[in-house]
Amino acid sequence: MNGTEGPYAIEMVGIRKVFPGIIANDGIDLRVRNNEIHAILGENGAGKSTLMSVLFGLYAPDAGIIRIHGKEASIHDPNDASSCGIGMVHQHFKLVRPYTVAENIILGLEPRNGFGEVDYRGAERRVAELSERYGLSVDPKAKVESISVGMQQRAEILKILYRNADILIFDEPTAVLTPQEIDELMTILKRLRSEGKTIVLITHKLREIKEVAERCTVLRRGRLIGTVEVADTDASALAEMMVGREVDFQITKEKSQPGDILLSVRGISVRGSRGNIAVRNLSFDLRAGEILGFAGVDGNGQSELVAALTGLRPIETGSIELCGKDITRSSIKERADTGMGHVPEDRHRHGLVLDFRLDENLALRTYDRKPFLRNLFFLDFAAIASHARQLIEDYDIRASQGPATKARSMSGGNQQKAIIAREIDLSPKLLVIAQPTRGLDVGAIENIHRRIIAERDKGRAILLISFELDEVMALCDRIAAISKGEIVGIVEAGEADEKMIGQMMAGHHSLSKKETP
Amino acid sequence: MTGTSRLPTEGPAMPRTFLDAFINSNGALSILVVLLGFACGTLIIMAVGRNPAGLYLALLQTLTGFNATTGVWNARYVGEWLTAAMPLILCGMSMGFAARTGLFNIGAEGQYIVGLTAAQFVALYAPPFFGAEWVVCLLAAAAAGAFWGGLVGWLRARFSVSEVVATIMLNYIAFFLSRYLTRLIPDANTYRTPNFPGAAIIPRWFIDDLTNHSRLSAGIFVVLACVILYWLVLERTKLGFELRATGLNRTAAGYAGIGVNRCFTTSMGIAGAFAGLAGAIVALGSFSYGRVIGGYDNYGFNGIAVALVGNSTAGGTLLSGLLFGMLSSAQPLMQSRQIPKEIAWIISGLVVVLVSLRAGIRLVIAWRAKVAAARSLAEREAAGA
Repeated sequence: MNGTEGPYAIEMVGIRKVFPGIIANDGIDLRVRNNEIHAILGENGAGKSTLMSVLFGLYAPDAGIIRIHGKEASIHDPNDASSCGIGMVHQHFKLVRPYTVAENIILGLEPRNGFGEVDYRGAERRVAELSERYGLSVDPKAKVESISVGMQQRAEILKILYRNADILIFDEPTAVLTPQEIDELMTILKRLRSEGKTIVLITHKLREIKEVAERCTVLRRGRLIGTVEVADTDASALAEMMVGREVDFQITKEKSQPGDILLSVRGISVRGSRGNIAVRNLSFDLRAGEILGFAGVDGNGQSELVAALTGLRPIETGSIELCGKDITRSSIKERADTGMGHVPEDRHRHGLVLDFRLDENLALRTYDRKPFLRNLFFLDFAAIASHARQLIEDYDIRASQGPATKARSMSGGNQQKAIIAREIDLSPKLLVIAQPTRGLDVGAIENIHRRIIAERDKGRAILLISFELDEVMALCDRIAAISKGEIVGIVEAGEADEKMIGQMMAGHHSLSKKETP
Repeated sequence: MTGTSRLPTEGPAMPRTFLDAFINSNGALSILVVLLGFACGTLIIMAVGRNPAGLYLALLQTLTGFNATTGVWNARYVGEWLTAAMPLILCGMSMGFAARTGLFNIGAEGQYIVGLTAAQFVALYAPPFFGAEWVVCLLAAAAAGAFWGGLVGWLRARFSVSEVVATIMLNYIAFFLSRYLTRLIPDANTYRTPNFPGAAIIPRWFIDDLTNHSRLSAGIFVVLACVILYWLVLERTKLGFELRATGLNRTAAGYAGIGVNRCFTTSMGIAGAFAGLAGAIVALGSFSYGRVIGGYDNYGFNGIAVALVGNSTAGGTLLSGLLFGMLSSAQPLMQSRQIPKEIAWIISGLVVVLVSLRAGIRLVIAWRAKVAAARSLAEREAAGA
């Protein structure tokens, strides 16, 4: 560092970035002080990632200037960013899985020995030193595919430290972590700061900001709302800045009135897409009028469990009974007829035919029944459109051209509302819901949560899968923690606290208070 | 990607400008592409030092039968045009139907050959059927084509065999099988079989007089019926709904409970039937004897281009089949006007290449949205300041 170094590590002034149809960044100013943890808060689509991509050289801004340590910098690609001392830990890790941690870290900057060979020994030593200095405790010789997600993230951190970055950007770093791993990450962030690094933390989670950040810049719909000292504010004030109105975090619901057992799962095992056993000997019961949530980190068998329940994946062993009927080998259609609705995890890939009209999408499950099927062959498209009009009104789906709107042109929240409307319209006894609010803004989330609780109160059984522990805790009557394809324990929502469930998600059996078969 | 504030200028609207029409409609774009193809063709003719008027006079004569140079009108040219267009339309629908289900059917050529061969055999060997043996021949050809296509769909559904590879291979099998089997027919030589019985030949009825003894047969009505059937099945029926859903997003279709694998087989079967019918209409409409085919007739392969330009819709495929038919049957007339006949193929080729303008149009959309966004931003700032 030289004498020209100002008080700010990063200054971004008047950044504007326009994408087709949207202004992602509208004259945003960001000033990050030297050696602070600076949070950037905003909902999905607020422009956080765009702003950081501009800083990292992935997008060229349409206007605005960037100063790094007081010097104007022109950053055209990630290599420029890297030479300015900026490093980024992406949400999706960029690691070569069969390589070791050390090999991944030196990739592209391989140190050579006197004979021109790659000096792995030296690299490992250097990585170990860095790991030691910043308290990361990563084994440089471990293969990436054999270490946990949290450890992979640390490998990513090491990768940018190895490149001598002194400004570290973290893009939603906690999205893939268990609560314990999140705690550890927070400790690491503080340690990095105490070692002189400047940290930018992109997030939409208020608690993390309160815990580690000194200042916080809030974005909303591409605009700068303001930068505040975290110590002078509280979570609800930050939330209001983020959303633009007062937010009620508390989901109000009556105590559940569980009825008969509707879904009974006994000892099922399911293979994942790579042939591995992804769900292992899983058993649980689900009663009418209750919400059972599966809490777990992404990739612990939740997707396979849903696929097996809904008939998309065969099960290896065990049985599934719905409403007293054995549906272990039933087709998707038969399961729907028995009374199963399904809101899939990926609404674009599985939930909707994006190039179909909205009314066709809303009839995707029922097109082969009266009144849509007029006779043996022909469909009644007038009936399909009027059915859609009804659902659009009942579920407040915003679609610019009514039933004729192409699903692709609708917003994510309205697409999700359409899927939920379609599935609830089946009047299913059981609703299997996966990740219902991923990528939605707060307003849409509230709407969808209310719908789910309303369905429970109508006496439906609801199975909810979510990677957001907060969502599971808020909505569910019972919570099953799932780890490595097994249920670690099932607890009543009233008796559960986050720490306990977090430990169960990490696979610690002994900590579960109560195990139900 | 992150995003925010939707702009009021966005959203499908009525076409405001000439450009809008092409952005909003694939049909309009196809027309533009065809016009561009002809424009390039015209330039090429001028470049080789001929008068491009000859091209358009030849096309006029193909379309209307009117020879502007001599002032003579002869409807036979119209009949020949439609004769050339019939198999192209059917093979285009074969490609298009599969494409709407998300499959790439390069096997129309093989399905065409199988249909042709089946029609020839039935024509030579079938017992009498109320003097309308040709109907039985057509049905047999459709069935044979459906089997040949359906087999590919089934392989795809059951064993995940790529339909592209399977259809290419089955094209060869169809070709050599047809040659082998046809030569087994008694009195067949290396290129032909004995003549078909009269009732097996597709009748010409009033068409014969109307088009001044062209080769056009009643097969044209079969083609038109197929076009209507194509539209009806895809756009109006339960099966069509399933096929379209599968074509646009097969995972979502599967999630909704649609039997995606069954859709593959059905769709390829129907596609094969169209191509099979094309084979029969050529075999029994344009020839009076069975052929031992010496090479591909290429209707199947040209059908790929027909479907591409016609956007795989019923009406579009009909029109683009007529276009390609026109270009092919205009060739002798072009030559008689000193226009190289290869120009016709150059124009066809250009049209196919230019269809990729669709990608370019998407860039235009993106660029316009960006300009609109910048403008609204400027307006907002002006209002704020």
